Order: sequence, then structure tokens, then C-alpha cells
Amino acid sequence: MLKEKLLELRQQALSTIDSADELKALQEAHVRFLGKKGPITEILKGMGKLSKEERPDVGKLANEVRQLIAARIEEKKTDLEARLLDLKLESEKLDVTLPGRKTVPGSHHLLASIIREVEDLFIGLGFSIEEGPEVEQDYYNFEALNLPKDHPARDMQDSFYITDDILMRTHTSPVQARTLEKHKGVGPVKIICPGKVYRRDNDDATHSHQFMQIEGLYVDHKVRLSDLKGILTVFAKHMFGADREIRLRPSFFPFTEPSVEMDISCFRCGGHGCNVCKGTGWIEILGAGMVHPNVLRMSGFDPSEYTGFAFGMGPERIAMLKYGIEDIRHFYTDDIRFLKQFYRA
Amino acid sequence: MLVSYNWLQDYVDLDGITPEDLANKITNAGIEVEHLNYPGEGLKGIVVGKVESCTQHPEAEKLHLCQVNLGSETVQIVCGAPNVAAGQKVPVATVGARIAGNVKIKRAKLRGEVSNGMICSLDELGFDHNYVPKEYADGIYVFDDEVPVGADALPFLNLDDALLELDILVNSAHCMNMIGVAYEVSAILDRPLHLAKPHVEESDQEASEKIQVMIADPKKVPYYGARLLTGINVKPSPRWMQLRLIAAGVRPINNVVDSSNYVMLEYGQPLHTFDYDQFGSERVLVRAAGENEEITTLDGQRRKLTNEDLLITNGKQGVAVAGVMGGENTEVSAATKNVLLEAAVFDSISIRRTAARLQLRSDASSRYEKGIDRNRVVSAADRAAELLTQFADATVLRGIVDAGERTVPDCMITMPWQKINQVLGAQLTLEEITGTLKRLHFSVETEGDTMHVSVPARRFDVTIPEDLVEEVGRVFGYNHIKATLPEGTSAHAALTPYQKARRRVEALMEGTGLSQVYTYSLTTKESVASYAVRNQEAAPTQVIWPMSEEHAALRQSMIPQLINVVHYHLNRQMPNVKFYEIGKVFLPVAGAARPAEEEHLAGIITGKRSERTWEGEANDVDFFSVKGIVETLFDALGVSSQISYQPAKRSGMHPGQTADILRNGEVIGYVGALHPKVEKDNDLNKTFVFEVALDALIRHGELGITYQGLPRFPSTTRDIALVVKRATAASDLDRVIRKNGAPLLHSLRLFDVYEGSHVADDEKSLAFSLVYQDPERTLTDDEVNAVHEKIIKACADEFGAELRG
Ligand SMILES: [Zn+2]
Repeated sequence: MLKEKLLELRQQALSTIDSADELKALQEAHVRFLGKKGPITEILKGMGKLSKEERPDVGKLANEVRQLIAARIEEKKTDLEARLLDLKLESEKLDVTLPGRKTVPGSHHLLASIIREVEDLFIGLGFSIEEGPEVEQDYYNFEALNLPKDHPARDMQDSFYITDDILMRTHTSPVQARTLEKHKGVGPVKIICPGKVYRRDNDDATHSHQFMQIEGLYVDHKVRLSDLKGILTVFAKHMFGADREIRLRPSFFPFTEPSVEMDISCFRCGGHGCNVCKGTGWIEILGAGMVHPNVLRMSGFDPSEYTGFAFGMGPERIAMLKYGIEDIRHFYTDDIRFLKQFYRA
Repeated sequence: MLVSYNWLQDYVDLDGITPEDLANKITNAGIEVEHLNYPGEGLKGIVVGKVESCTQHPEAEKLHLCQVNLGSETVQIVCGAPNVAAGQKVPVATVGARIAGNVKIKRAKLRGEVSNGMICSLDELGFDHNYVPKEYADGIYVFDDEVPVGADALPFLNLDDALLELDILVNSAHCMNMIGVAYEVSAILDRPLHLAKPHVEESDQEASEKIQVMIADPKKVPYYGARLLTGINVKPSPRWMQLRLIAAGVRPINNVVDSSNYVMLEYGQPLHTFDYDQFGSERVLVRAAGENEEITTLDGQRRKLTNEDLLITNGKQGVAVAGVMGGENTEVSAATKNVLLEAAVFDSISIRRTAARLQLRSDASSRYEKGIDRNRVVSAADRAAELLTQFADATVLRGIVDAGERTVPDCMITMPWQKINQVLGAQLTLEEITGTLKRLHFSVETEGDTMHVSVPARRFDVTIPEDLVEEVGRVFGYNHIKATLPEGTSAHAALTPYQKARRRVEALMEGTGLSQVYTYSLTTKESVASYAVRNQEAAPTQVIWPMSEEHAALRQSMIPQLINVVHYHLNRQMPNVKFYEIGKVFLPVAGAARPAEEEHLAGIITGKRSERTWEGEANDVDFFSVKGIVETLFDALGVSSQISYQPAKRSGMHPGQTADILRNGEVIGYVGALHPKVEKDNDLNKTFVFEVALDALIRHGELGITYQGLPRFPSTTRDIALVVKRATAASDLDRVIRKNGAPLLHSLRLFDVYEGSHVADDEKSLAFSLVYQDPERTLTDDEVNAVHEKIIKACADEFGAELRG
């Protein structure tokens, strides 16, 4: 009798569990079939009334049924929980293609980036960075650089004068003169001088009354023009690509003798001729030369002991060439749509 | 300097060298050929025609019917030029020809008459009208000599030429004349130079009987030579001379003026011609002008001189401003018969000053300014005499009447020849070096290791051994020098602490969302003194001759320019922007012309904290956004503990939202909101700015880093809310809490500010979180309570603070 009842209970319980579709129904099933007042407990309680022969069989069966139901509930619970989790996850689904919450950093000015790149290269080559005043004495800006008053080359750089003797520096070369002077005739002096310079030009697409310059100077025993060529080759390859070649053309600057212009092979066409290099295959990048003995002498260096080279370049020109920028005024208009294009420069 | 390729062939054989080759070689040797022009480019089908007959057009008064012989045929051409006439030889653009501007000539009918081509003016052949001789300015060109009818007209008009435009720098003044260029080209090509010595037929009459020359100051006038030429017939100069002048950018006038200009172009020696009969005496005296002495120059202008100017006089009055411009009263005219020809050397600085002051820069003055060949002055006078004999029927009186030195000695440079290799880093042989110098027509003698080089005066730019290094280097070619790396002392280099810190400031500003800008140091006089961190007593630094009012004075703050940058963006629908600049400000110093230069950092922010996203609009930036930026900066530089803020009233700033920034009690900057009036005037939205003296922030010693071990004992956190008067500064409470909490108070953070119905109208509640900690042990409640009570009491005593319930 009890056996049949147990089997029936088992059947009932299993079908209840199987049809449960939420955890609550499972809990109810647990209480209903396995609870303290549930039928199986009742049966086990009533075991005493059974005969000795019946007792082990029924007891065993009752325990089996109980365990089976418990196991099935557990199984079903895991099942339901997994399903519920799936549902929850489904409901949490995002459009992962929507933009994230970015921090938008500001951009480094392109000219600052170019200057930094040049600085880092030359620091690696043993050059220190020297800076100096932007309002200069005529002496450091011109005279100490072999440009005495009435030198015709002063026409080349019409200047903003503050008084007859004080002006906005027209190049960063006065920093060279000042640094040489500080070294009191003892080399080596190995510096680069970046900074703002000023000339009396009307601002247009290719002229700016204020612009940047980076000059370099190396004075030591036995510095040669071939060394200048070597250093400038390293510079050209670093800034414009490893397969760049350079050439030096004679030129004139009052503070160097000999003076040269450095061209690099065109990075756009590789030297075959294009509109960047105006068909020549070469692009003029900077002016350089061997420091004029008068410059050394005036700053306290003995030209029979020391020689040196100097070079000067325009970060604007480098930037304009590298990125095809058509108007120098962009650098000083500071349109954010311009600036942020060079965020990674 | 415009160099005619055809003319150059008078002196150097250019066989096998195209104009392009030549231009490249000259550029590579150091004188940049800026342009290479072919004046006849694009012209086609222009032939020499002969006007056989010329009759009136039956229908049009101003037109002529010309029968023009083109060699192979004779055609009718309708011509409107007033100067056309039978018998002329003229350039004819035949049917199918191309003239200047790529205009194609077609057969046409003009008022019923057929025209088979066009008789050309020089303008129509591409000549610049400014250089066209007066006699052809309003009509067709007429060949004045024997040219073959039917031949291609271009060679006879020098339109088969190529023009090289040289960029003459200070060191290449020797190439401001054809002979100088010829020397250069001869050296570059290593080809012989052909220079003809001028030949002058002199009469028996001595010039010195008719003229005397005196120089007052031989330093300013090293040489003055005069020749007298009589019986001159003033007329147009020959075609070849006119065309060479035009090619060089000089307008032909007449044979006298043209000859002197021609010699200037050829020899580089400026010459001047006076009408001898108008000269007023038989005596040339060159002296300094008197102060305010006046002269009418040949452009008709009355000019006032100073005693810095050199004046050519007839002993009584001025007849020319030396080296700059002749006087009107002695100008050569069509009626001139006798000419006094001047060939002189004037001090270049003096000429430069005079030309600049009178604003009379001419071909002559620019040559004097840059320097001329001292040894060519007499032969230049002879060359002019030769030309005037040939083309102006002149008779040349015997001798040059002169004063001063006719020639100067060569410049001797003595040097070890190996110095050239040492400076260049080359391995040239002695033969290669002397060979190169000889190509330049320098004479060289060697004596063991020493080399003596004698440099003629035409190369007055070569005076020291380094100049010879350059001459050898550039003619030999720098491309033959192998690159090396310096062998000298190896130097260690690194950024200075300041430079390193400045880079960190840049990175930090960009990290907080500010983009770097560069603005101009020169700004308007009006805005220059506003927004300075420290007001300056002295007047702002100004430039003497500004280019414009926009850039007239040196900025004392970067804020005005940053306001302009924001304004620019607002005008272009970009209302949410943040910028910073690092740059110099220029603080005037009383009694000194040079301002003190300080490097400052300035920033400006406006609009939303970020652009609107799909999640919605961000908050507006406000005072605490901008203050947070500077605080982040001070934290990063490790100076926060030395910084304090004080409410400040500053011109152009919001009176209630501005704080001075102090470091150890000294004002180093400020932060705040722009004054609403400034915002209105500049069409700005709410805008916040800061400026800090970077020098003061970084240079005065960055604080070092002291390591502290990690805490081994737990900390205790207590929060308090203190109710105080609204006017009480949070920073004051902060200071008192820290002072009384030491040493157990480990950190302090303000986390709430409340004003509202739960406190009185004139009160606010500030809530702080306090963390107590001892590095050596765990604190007991009693210990913490004791300190905490002490803090609360101190706040009550100092600010009347009450604990909020
Ligand atoms: Zn190219």
C-alpha cells in the first residue's frame, strides 16, 4: 500500500517539478513534497506501524524517492537559474557600437611638437638646449655676429627696434653669442637654441612677423664642415625619413664662412621631381656654415684654436613641408580644427 | 641681376652648355639663379617683313593698307600704327603665328580689307612696356639696320635669348655686372675668359685744359675721374645695345645715357654724364653737402641735403648727388653737344645712407652700396668713351682728368694650404687647391706648407683665409666632401630641470583638455597692459616703427590674446573651447629700454565641460573648473602646500570670482571669471582664465620627493559638518583644522558645502572628512576624540563654528 503511494508521490512530484517555470514553484514543490508536513515525512513517521518485513523495503523506497525529488529540484533549480541569468543578460544588452565616455585631451601645438622632436634628437647627439631673451641688444643680435652697424646685410632682416640699441631679436643666433661669451674661450660649446623671432614683415601666406627658429652651434677643436654634413644628414633622416639624402649648396650668411644651404632629397617624389620640390627633386631646408672667425673672436674664442659649425632652421617651414600646410598664419590663428589635426604629431 | 645668356657668350664659350645647365651650375656654386626666363617663349611665325607700300585705308582714317614683302611673298596687311611707313623693315606675325599671350594670328577682314597677318609692336612680342624705347612705345617696332627680309625675326630682337635672374647677396656683389658673372662662369665651367680692352681714339686736345677735378675728403671719395667728349650727336642707340639694356631691365633713352648704362651693366661701374655746356665751370669739386643745401635732381624734385651726403659741385653749386642721382640743370638733353663723363668711387656706407634717406635707390646706388671693382673704374670710362665714339660721333679729349687712386693693390692672403682641408674635412691635393684658385683668376704661390694667394680687388669680398676655404669649397663642390661625425670631446646633454618641468606642465595642461596655442608677442598699445599679473609702473615697451597698430607694443599678459582666440572660435560656432599658452611676457622696467622677460602660463576655458554626447549635455565650466586646473598643476609640481588663494579685485575680472594665487605669500598669478562687461564687449559666453608666472613656479626650486613607507596600522575616519557664516573662507577653516589636527590628522577633505533652509540665511555648512593615523601604532578612540574635540573647539573659537545637528 505504502509502496504504491510512494510511487504515486514520486510520479506527482516529478511532474510538478518538471512543469515548474519559476523558482517560486520549485520552492513550493519542495515544501509540498519534502517539507516537514509533507507526505513523505508523514510516511516515514508512520513507519512504526509497519511490519518488520515491510519496514526496510518501504524505508528504503521512501528515502530513494526523497533523494530523487531533492535531486530533481536541485537540477531544475540550476536550470531555471541559468535561464533567468540568460534573460537578465539579454535585458542588459547594449549597443556596443555607441561611443564611449572619452577624456578628450588638448593638443600639443604642431610647432611645439616639431621643436621637441628636434630638441630630443640633438640632446641625443650631445647638444644642450639654450634659451635667451626675445628683446635683445643690437650687439648680440648683430654686431657679435659679424654684422656691424651699416653692414649691408642688415637690410636682409628688417627689424622691430625698441630703441636705437634694443630690438626684437631677428634670429636666435644672439643666444649663440651669449653662450659662447659665457664659456670664456673654452670649448666645447654644443647647443641648440629654439625660440621666437621677429621681423618687420607683413603677415601673409608665407610671411609672419613672428615665427620660430631653431639654431645649432658646435664649437670645439677641429670641427669640420664634413662634421656639419654628418650631423645634418642624421637630422634629415630623423625628421624626413631614413632614405633622405642631403646636399650642401654654397650660400651667404655674415656669421658663417663658408656658408651653405642644405637641401634634402624630396620626400614626396624621392628626387624625381614633383610640385613639392618644384620639379628639382630637392627641397631647401636650412642654412648653415662654419662659424666666422670674427664671431669666435668677438665672443672670446681663439679662431686658431677653435672652429665650429652653426645651422638654423624654421619649424614653420618644416611643418609646412611635412604636412603640406599652405598658410603660415594657421600656426598663429590657432583654429582648434587646425590644432587638433596634429594631436599625434 | 638679369644675365643675358647671349650676351655672356661675348666673354665665355657656352658651347654645349644649355641655359638650364648654366643656371644649375651657377646656383650650385653659390649664386642662386632665382628664375630662368625665355623671353621668346611661345612666339612662332614672326618674320622680318618689308613695307613696300603704305596707303590710307579707304574706309578708316586711322588704318593703313600695307603691302608687305615677307621674302617668299608679298601680302596685304592692315595696320593701325601711326608710325608705319613704306620702306620700313618690321616684325610681322604671319597668318598662323603666335604672339605674346599665346594669341594666334588669323587672316582677317578689317573694314572690308583683307589683312594677312599683323605688323607687331614690341609689346605684342612680349616686351615689358616699361622698357620699350619711347620711339616705339605707341607703334610698331622698326628695324633700324640691315636685316634680311623673310628671315625669322626673333634672333634680331634677341628673343632667342635666355635670361638668368641672379639673387645677389652681400657676398656676390662682384656678380652685379656681366664681366663679374663672366669671371664666375669661367671658373665654374673651367673655360677661358675673353675680355676685350676698350680702345679709345683720343684727340690732340688735352682734357685737363677744359676741366679740373678736386676731392675734399679722399676717405669718402677714393677716386674721381672725368673724361670730356665733344661733338656728340644725341640719337637712339643701336638696336643691339637697346635690346641688351631691355633684357637687363633698363629702358633705352638715347645713345649717351644708354652707353653709360650699358657700361654699368657690363663693368659694374656706375657712370654719370653731365651736359658740359651747362656745367657752369671748368672745375669739379666733390665735397660733403652743407646742412640743408638744396639741389633739384633730374626727376624734378627739390631735395634738401645734410652734411652726410656727398655732392658733386662745379665749385659753386651742386650738380649731382654723388652716386645717387644727377642734377636737373646739367642733364643730357637732345641738344647736348659736349659731355663730361664721370667715373668715380664713393664710400659705400655714405651712398647707402643718402639713398635710403632720399628714398632714391637706383641701379647705380645699389652697386656703390654693395661695392664695385676699384680697378675697373678707368677702363669703364674708356669703354664708355669708345661706345660714344662709335655710336654718338663723339670726339674724346686726351686723357682722364682725375684725383685719388686709380687702382688698389691685390689683397694678399697667406695661410697653410692644409687649412682648407682641415676646415672642409676634405683630402684635396695642393694641385687641386691651387688649380681651383687659378680658375678664379687668383694668383697663387706656394712655399712649403704655406700658400700666398693674391686676390684682385674685384673680389673685395675675399679677405681672410676662411674666404678662400669657401672659394675652394664652392668651386670644387661640397657634394665631393664626405660626411663625418665630430671627433671632439663627447658631451653629455640633458634638459635642464626647468625645461623638464615645462614639458610636464604642457603634458598636464593637455591632459586636462586644454590645447596649446601660440599668439603674438606684439599687440595693440591699448590692450598691452591689461591683465598683467603684477601691474607695472613703467610705460609699456613699444616698437619704434610698428608694421600696424595690431602689433605695436609688447604684451604683459597672454590673456588679451587668448580672449581673441576664444572670440575667433565663437564666431565660427565653436562655443566649447579650452586653450593654454606658454610664452614670454614683457614687463617694462623704469629707466631701462629692455623689459624684464618672464615666462608665463595662461589658460582660458569657456562653454561646456565637454561636447554634448548621446548621453546628454555636459555641465558648463565654472570657476571651480578653472581653479581645478591650476590646482592639478600645483599638485603635479609638488608645490601645493606653498600655494594659497586670496579673493582679488582685478581690472577686467569678475570681482566676486577671482583669486590671486600666492606662493609663500608672493602673488605669482591669478585665476577667475572674466568680468561680464568684458564678456559682453567681446561677445563671449561665461569665460574663465588663469595666468601664472612659470618662472616663479618652477625656477624657485621644485620640491624634492621624500619617500614614506606604507602605513602598517589602520586609520580612523571622522566626518564633521561645521556651520559658519557665509563670509568665512573655506581655506581658513582648512588651515585651522590642519593646524589643530597635527600630527595625528593625516588628511583632510572638504566634501560638502550646504546653503539653504536647514541653516540660517547668512550661514553655510561645510562638511569635512578627517583621517587620523599614527605610523607607529593603532590609535585608540580616546586619542582620536581628544584631537577631534580640539579641532571643533578651535573652529568654534575662531569662526563661531557650530557642529551641524
Ligand atoms: Zn618632389
